[in-house]
Amino acid sequence: MVIFSAHNVNKEFADTKALSDVSIEVKEQSIFGLLGPNGAGKTTLIRIINQITAPDSGEVLLDGRPMTRADITHIGYLPEERGLYKKMKIGEQAIYLAQLKGMSRRDAIRNLKVWFKKFDIMSWWGKNIEELSKGMQQKVQFITTVVHKPKLLIFDEPFSGFDPINTNLLKQEILQLRQDGATIIFSTHNMGSVEELCDHIALINKSVKIEDGQTDKIREKYKSNIFEIKYKGDFAKVSKTLTKQTRLIDHKENEKENMITIQQINGNSNNDLLQMLFPVAEILSFEEKIPSMNDVFIKAVEDSNKTN
Amino acid sequence: MNKTLLILKQEYLKRVKKKSFIILTLLVPFLFAGMFALIIFLSIKDDKEERVIAVYDQTALFNNEFTAEGYTKYVFISNEEYEQVKNNLKGSKYYALLFIPQDIYTNNSAQLISAKQVPIELNDQIRRKLSRFIENDKRQKVIEDTQIPDLEERLAATRTWVNLKTLKISESGEAKKSSSVVAFIVSYAMGFIIYFFVFMYGATVMRSVMEEKKSRIIEVIISSVKPSQLMVGKVFGTALVGLTQVAIWVVLGVVTTFVLQGVFAPETTQQMGESIMQSQGQMNPAIVQAAEPNKVMEIMEMVGNLNIPLILFSFVFYFLGGYFLYSAMFGAVGAAVDNDEDSQQLMFPITLPLILSIMLLFIIAKNPEGPVAFWGSIIPFTAPVAMLARIPYGIPVWELLLSMGLLVLTTIGALMGAAKIYRIGLLMYGKKVNFKELIKWLRYKN
Repeated sequence: MVIFSAHNVNKEFADTKALSDVSIEVKEQSIFGLLGPNGAGKTTLIRIINQITAPDSGEVLLDGRPMTRADITHIGYLPEERGLYKKMKIGEQAIYLAQLKGMSRRDAIRNLKVWFKKFDIMSWWGKNIEELSKGMQQKVQFITTVVHKPKLLIFDEPFSGFDPINTNLLKQEILQLRQDGATIIFSTHNMGSVEELCDHIALINKSVKIEDGQTDKIREKYKSNIFEIKYKGDFAKVSKTLTKQTRLIDHKENEKENMITIQQINGNSNNDLLQMLFPVAEILSFEEKIPSMNDVFIKAVEDSNKTN
Repeated sequence: MNKTLLILKQEYLKRVKKKSFIILTLLVPFLFAGMFALIIFLSIKDDKEERVIAVYDQTALFNNEFTAEGYTKYVFISNEEYEQVKNNLKGSKYYALLFIPQDIYTNNSAQLISAKQVPIELNDQIRRKLSRFIENDKRQKVIEDTQIPDLEERLAATRTWVNLKTLKISESGEAKKSSSVVAFIVSYAMGFIIYFFVFMYGATVMRSVMEEKKSRIIEVIISSVKPSQLMVGKVFGTALVGLTQVAIWVVLGVVTTFVLQGVFAPETTQQMGESIMQSQGQMNPAIVQAAEPNKVMEIMEMVGNLNIPLILFSFVFYFLGGYFLYSAMFGAVGAAVDNDEDSQQLMFPITLPLILSIMLLFIIAKNPEGPVAFWGSIIPFTAPVAMLARIPYGIPVWELLLSMGLLVLTTIGALMGAAKIYRIGLLMYGKKVNFKELIKWLRYKN
């Protein structure tokens, strides 16, 4: 079921187009990756979802109804540029921010205590934010984003400023939040985490959506018949056998095993290829290389820049 | 809870709980009381410095006149000594040198030479001695020459000092004692308080907006509330802080007055008054003769005759009106910029009318009905200070209503414009914003 959708959203600033006819659909309880190079229009789209700015045309729907100002209590937003009140006690400002999201003071305190205990930071409650390191501040900020149990969460670069241990902790929390029913829109340049977390992605470049779909299907789509073969045998013989059928991309020779990366160029099936190899080498593994999200990102953006 | 109220409460509590607020609020009345006490103290304090004045009297007539008075002593010296002391006044034991020339009766002029700044009282004392002697002497001669009996007494009886009491006819036709001095003090004080508050709390709003923008929390906040809600909450919350401060001062003032009245017995106050009058009297003896003993009572009566309810109402009205008008503009500046330098540039043209209105106070005091006073109190940007300064002198009702109406309209306009700039400016970083840019923002639709 689609919980959030944007239809043909356009937004123009004084002299630049920020979004051109962008449409996305986000399924309930999914993690949706909103990707794109710097300045592509992601933040503008996020701000439109948060009702911070209004689109010039197009509409955004939550639960199938056009979004109104009142809906923002159902959204938790962690902006990329984040910050908290410097001269305010952490507990007090967490309560204040939760109240601004529509919670009662009592509920806010109760939920916050649960989160503070979970992150083992109860001792920070009465401290000033200035006393904390950047990573610690990020934890507090994360809590203030999720404390009101929003059904739609928007994380813009949530892992920046976190060490690997805390990054992992945060990933677990994000997955748990989805488990508990939340839907997550996730914007990042960290493609590793996209592969790991996102069910679905949309890629925006220069205000236009250039790719949209399930993460594994998109990676599938971008695969380019590249295979990695591990074998025992003579590299010269193997490469000679494959020359006419494939293009050599990479090879490594070790004592235990050799490895060769090739790209199929004339439509042979995998079995055809293997049969050619059987006489010259002992095949240890044969694997088609699925492009990483990183590769997909670069390829998609470069292609789109070329066509324009 | 309503989010605007929540922000209001937050802004209010944040500022009221601050140490600097508490200290300032408690300290200012003491500073004022201290200043007042110092002025009174200095004015009634006896001048206890012993001074010896060397007198070189070419006429040799004044020997009897210059006897010691208070801590001041006079020594008559010869011509040679005079030349000697004149050349080395600093090294001599004399504080000053008085030269009474031969022709003093015709020229009415003498010289007081000193290495230091001569106090006004001493100057007066010597002038009085010289004048009195010459006047008496001349009068005596006239009496002797004319041979009119009892002339001296008859002349004394002609001496007159008119005490001018100002009466103002109010609209009900009732004559009341008023004093332009009292009106001036009240108007000046109120004008200044308004100026001070508008400036201080307007700037507070601006800093508060800038702080949220700089610390980047602003994006979280405006993804929770409307920018206009944020602005209104901030502006009203800060206004309440200002009103709290005034309320505390009023309470402190009333309590202090009662306590002081209890501690210092009435005689002390009377003594103070007397000694002030004495010092005045020394300058012009006629005042002492004519002054009524219950002068303080009279001043109280004059204060009482000011239209206190109108003044209080107008004070609160213009206080809030001026504050809202200026804090809307200050807040817009805070939202538009992201560093202090840029804010200075944008603030200057906004503060200009405010500073101008303080300068208007003097012109208004001179002529509360003149064109400068009129326009100053009608134009909304100077009205909060200027109109309030005019009210103690009395003001036609239509002018007051016109001024208030214009202020309300302008303030609403300013708040709406500021809300627009707020919405656009809050997430604008790294852009140098000038007035042209702000006007462009105001023209944006939606």
